[in-house]
Amino acid sequence: MTDRLESREKVTGEARYAVEYPVEGVAYAAAVQATVGRGEITSVGTEEALRLPGVLAVLSCENAPELRESGDAELALFQSRTVSYRGQFVAAVVAETLDTAREAARLVRVEYASEPPDVELRADHPGLYKPEKVNPVFPSDTAQGDADEAFAKSAVRVEATYTTPAEHNNPMEPHATLAQWHDDGTLTLYDSNQGASGVQKTIAGVLGLEPSQVRVVSPHVGGGFGSKGAPRPNVLVAALGARATGRPVKFAVPRQQMFATTGYRTPTIQRIRLGADEDGHLDAITHEVVEQTSVLQEFGEQTAVPTRMMYKAPHRRTSHRLVRLNVPTPSWMRAPGETPGMFALESAMDELAVAAGIDPIELRVRNDTGHEPESGLPFSSRNLVACLREGAARFGWAARDPRPGVRRMGRKLLGTGVASSTYPAYMRPSEATARAEPDGTFTVRVAAADIGTGARTALTLIAAEALKVELGRVRVEVGDSRFPKAPVAGGSMGTSSWGAAVVRACEGLRGKLNGSVPPEGLEASADTTDELKGRDRYARHAFGAQFADVEVDADTGEVRVRRMLGIFAAGRIVNPKTARSQLIGGMTMGIGMALHEESVMDAEFGDFLNRDLAQYHVPACADVRDIEADWVEESDPHLNPMGTKGIGEIGIVGAAAAIANAVHHATGVRVRDLPITPPRLLPRL
Amino acid sequence: MDSEATPVKAEITLRVNGAEHRLDVDTRASLLDVLREDLGLTGSKKGCDHGQCGACTILVGGRRVNACLALAVAHDGAEIVTVEGLAEDGRLSPVQEAFIEHDGFQCGYCTPGQLCSATGMLDEAERGWPSAASEDLRVDPVLDDDEIRERMSGNLCRCGAYMGIVAAVREAAARREAAEA
Ligand code: FES
Ligand code: FES
Repeated sequence: MTDRLESREKVTGEARYAVEYPVEGVAYAAAVQATVGRGEITSVGTEEALRLPGVLAVLSCENAPELRESGDAELALFQSRTVSYRGQFVAAVVAETLDTAREAARLVRVEYASEPPDVELRADHPGLYKPEKVNPVFPSDTAQGDADEAFAKSAVRVEATYTTPAEHNNPMEPHATLAQWHDDGTLTLYDSNQGASGVQKTIAGVLGLEPSQVRVVSPHVGGGFGSKGAPRPNVLVAALGARATGRPVKFAVPRQQMFATTGYRTPTIQRIRLGADEDGHLDAITHEVVEQTSVLQEFGEQTAVPTRMMYKAPHRRTSHRLVRLNVPTPSWMRAPGETPGMFALESAMDELAVAAGIDPIELRVRNDTGHEPESGLPFSSRNLVACLREGAARFGWAARDPRPGVRRMGRKLLGTGVASSTYPAYMRPSEATARAEPDGTFTVRVAAADIGTGARTALTLIAAEALKVELGRVRVEVGDSRFPKAPVAGGSMGTSSWGAAVVRACEGLRGKLNGSVPPEGLEASADTTDELKGRDRYARHAFGAQFADVEVDADTGEVRVRRMLGIFAAGRIVNPKTARSQLIGGMTMGIGMALHEESVMDAEFGDFLNRDLAQYHVPACADVRDIEADWVEESDPHLNPMGTKGIGEIGIVGAAAAIANAVHHATGVRVRDLPITPPRLLPRL
Repeated sequence: MDSEATPVKAEITLRVNGAEHRLDVDTRASLLDVLREDLGLTGSKKGCDHGQCGACTILVGGRRVNACLALAVAHDGAEIVTVEGLAEDGRLSPVQEAFIEHDGFQCGYCTPGQLCSATGMLDEAERGWPSAASEDLRVDPVLDDDEIRERMSGNLCRCGAYMGIVAAVREAAARREAAEA
């Protein structure tokens, strides 16, 4: 139960985030967004903007320096006259003050030859195609047995289409960069990101520099939830602005501009078919996903991937189809794939439970499996059933009357729901160093990121344990590309990946230490690349069970979540205090997904219509009444030296399905299109 | 148009966390930008610049205000407390301590606003100001969880630390009451 080690800095305002570093002579950038959804830039009029006192430079496709290709076309900032989507950055102004920069950006006159943009995702879009892979490297389609025939023959069948809207990560700290060039041609980026090593490598590549010439500093990051997993154009706005003016430049993306330029979750259209025998044993599962990507860059969310490993069934088919639209490129948002995919699968499982007249927990237990269905690999550990059972006992599931729409308290209809949760236990190679200082303390360095996850604290606990010294003697430093190379804080693999390297470095140091520490200190380093190559083949996943208790106002259609309980099996939990917060945070975002969050595409002009926090509703304090998260003990020897699986994402997975299932239980209305807003629900009550 | 475009400046005085600052501010500048960019007080955060998130919440004359919505020029002579001014002589305030105790934050970006908001809110409740959650407007509000949640709903936390935030505010309120009893 360790407090966050940087707590004091965070409650006193001393913790510095990206654009808060004091630098001499700083200037400010403001960006101009495309006002058309598709077309060519015919001219960029900068005269008026440049006449404004205090304006230092205007950058656009007409004068920007040439950049190298990076594999991410969104980073080809100002490299072409083509507008791929409305809201794309087409110019940037650098000025002495924020107000002047913003005013000047308004005065830049960009002219376009425009064409009607194609922005609407439809299941029958003629442009749908099968991508070669979905994020990160899963096959688009899989098939086992004959799912169509098995489904046709099944005694109990569910066939339904579920949709999830575009959703935006909206970390509270916007994507932000302070770029400073030095006389020797090197660049420092104080940047808000989920991985300093990755930003360093990518941005160095784009600018034609060696990675060693770029330093990325990000000890504190105000959230990311995937959207800061890779650098966005904002880094280049700052870096190019600084190069053009010879000044350090700050650029924090205004909230309204974040919706088009910093990533989002693709909307999905998911058709699911479940076929089972009378006892609820699944015989056939199909999951067909339609989603969007941009004309610039392919990103295929792996929405059907959890369906490949969740339940036992001899016949199964999954597929993903994408269409390239004039929209911003979708990207990672908390548990990409699992989050929308498990909403659909776990809603369908609830429908199957109702159709078969079986308790939804019992149904899931009956379809549990010890081997990953498609790969045939044994699970390193799988405690889904333990989570369901433990959760059921603590939630009071046994007393539940399964009939929908029969509990009324005044205007309120009451109901409860359950859903399974899962997330892979990924690991990637990482490096780390451990140093014994002559004063008896230890310094551990790894270019990890603490985006609010408690990574700094967890790694310090891990290091202290590996060094066999008390916590107070260990200092872990993260968030700097000068530290040993580390993978991104994403895929819930941070603690496992960085932690393994930290343990190995600490073990190495202990091996070297023989009593006294020389005056210059003693250091050991580790790289887990080889260790990871040698791992046994197992299916490694975390599991969980989500429970929701909702009330629906029969007159207004408003849904409130009265209580949520999540029980997870995620290997060893390193720091219960921060782990609980992270799981609850994921479940809170799940409430947003279930009830509030929806980015609406402007069908005529492109870009999202709702582009601020008043119109894109993320859960507020009053939306969260009682959320509890806990875990079952799980000791899994096939993971890593700590025995951890990762907890950053699993909290959101299944949460929306549990709530939607509870809404069905309360009202008898099955809402298959998120979010469950009054306009969707009320007409059906 | 040049005369219009030239920034118009105005001289104002702000007392921030007890220190007086004489400033020549752009009349377009918000209090938030003046605090962060001119005074280097970056504790107050900018989450939206539109009064929609509360990350910039500060106390002006003891009342909570969204600093991004306040024009600096309109606050000549104002008495301001930011997150940097909540601790006294290095001693954390009860609200700050309770936030650590209950893990009322993760990334910490909304936290300065939450802390200032909670501090101002406890005063409002003490003065008997009702909220939308108050059942009876004639009696002093009791800060139960519904009241706390309602009164703290102007401060968004995308990390979802609300359970900890409410627990922290509940405890700070109780400690304040105990101190007064
Ligand atoms: S920054 Fe002021 S309310 Fe969001
Ligand atoms: S702690 Fe991250 S937004 Fe509140």
